[in-house]
Amino acid sequence: MKAFTYERAKTPAAAAAAVAKGKGAKFIAGGTNLLDLMKLQIETPTHLVDVQDLKLDRVEPTDDGGLRIGALVTNTELAADDRVRRDYGVLTRAIVAGASGQLRNKATTAGNLLQRTRCPYFYDTNQPCNKRRPGSGCGAIGGYARQLAVIGVSDACIATYPGDMAVALRVLDANVETVDAAGKARAIPMADFHRLPGNTPQIETALAPGELITAVTLPKPIGGTQLYQKVRDRASYAFALVSVAAVIQPDGTGRVAFGGVAHKPWRVEAAEAEMPRGAHAVASAVFAGAKPREDNAFKLPLAERTLAAVIAQAKG
Amino acid sequence: MTAPGKAQFSRRGVIAGGAATAAITTIPISESEAATMTTQAPPPTLPVSFEVNGKRQTMKLDTRTTLLDALREHLHLTGTKKGCDHGQCGACTVIVNGTRINACLSLAVMHEGDKITTIEGLGSPEKLHPMQAAFVKHDGYQCGYCTPGQICSAVAVLDEIKRGIPSHVQADVAAKPGFTNIEMRERMSGNICRCGAYSNIAEAMAEVAGEVA
Repeated sequence: MKAFTYERAKTPAAAAAAVAKGKGAKFIAGGTNLLDLMKLQIETPTHLVDVQDLKLDRVEPTDDGGLRIGALVTNTELAADDRVRRDYGVLTRAIVAGASGQLRNKATTAGNLLQRTRCPYFYDTNQPCNKRRPGSGCGAIGGYARQLAVIGVSDACIATYPGDMAVALRVLDANVETVDAAGKARAIPMADFHRLPGNTPQIETALAPGELITAVTLPKPIGGTQLYQKVRDRASYAFALVSVAAVIQPDGTGRVAFGGVAHKPWRVEAAEAEMPRGAHAVASAVFAGAKPREDNAFKLPLAERTLAAVIAQAKG
Repeated sequence: MTAPGKAQFSRRGVIAGGAATAAITTIPISESEAATMTTQAPPPTLPVSFEVNGKRQTMKLDTRTTLLDALREHLHLTGTKKGCDHGQCGACTVIVNGTRINACLSLAVMHEGDKITTIEGLGSPEKLHPMQAAFVKHDGYQCGYCTPGQICSAVAVLDEIKRGIPSHVQADVAAKPGFTNIEMRERMSGNICRCGAYSNIAEAMAEVAGEVA
């Protein structure tokens, strides 16, 4: 690990200012992903701004009947919140499908959104990776791509966004609230929060340098049967090959987002009109234009079958 | 650095000494690393104070020091083990302010004022914690390396179930979880045992759960 200086910020704006002014400065919350990457010298911050004192650790009702989740609410606390379990079951299910109990106790809502890809070529510093070292090439294209993206890919990067929670937030139409160094706040829809790789796979989110996530808001509950089905290589504590977050209404209409298939949670709203016609119709529309590699092409039929299982489960 | 009452030639000391000798004789230092060593300022340090097993500890640490390294290398509490050092194996599991975390993925300087419980704080050879006794009774280990992390995790898992924290194996996440075998197995998935003592660990936990439920 490279040496760094450390401070504990007192307010969100002060934290944002501290990161904005120092080149090489980064926020640290739970630290479970950042420290892992720092040990491998994939991340080499020279200054860490600890945000644990910012009092962003509450889940509170909003005026329009939704919930505001503080950026520092842990994965465990969020999954266990009675309102989330009752009204946003897909979110609790997605969170408890990810990581381990120890990691969920430390991982925060904001940090989880910002976790980085587990592409093996990103993690191996001996390999070319446009995300880790822009311009160095992509070892995954033409390499071992079983876990990697099948849609929204570019000639520069085929990495996936690895998380589960964000897939549920996408299907729930959540918003990400932020503050910048000048104290200016804004809300970013989940649809726009994560970016596709394009020619700049190192830029993963819509956040500006130094912009700090303060909360994630959920609109008022939409009811329905809320499910999160994750398919992985072992029964627990593994990243998704494919996952499906769905909210399905009694009349068969609904919403669906997929994890493990793209550089961001993958949702195509236009395809949701096909929900009453079943998984094949939806998946055909969601994955139109997919560009799988030979060893991850299995993800396309797997995504359709996982959605079929979710629809069948919702019917009861 | 020698802990009071410890033999001068501990196994750890011999292994550490041997590794240092090997480093000097066989691993070449690159030019850039050599330049760094001679020209850079010493790494930043900060004071930190937290409570470990009921005892206040104050240290001045390199900011890079993980909670795990602070416990093992600075406080000589070597019960907590370093397995992968990347949060994948759970050997470093300790209980901080009542919840279990991976000590390897947490900076010591971030724990100012925290209350930390390690395996040394759960029980002693004379007075075992019920979970320690149950691991012995049910053969919940073979080589023992992952065991301190397994036991800290197991104690915290029973508390998590008691507090109603949901898990992936619940059919209804809005309901309260039970002390079932499948719940124990799912919740312990962050603790890897290369000897494969899993089924016995789950039995040990079931016995203790029978007492706390």
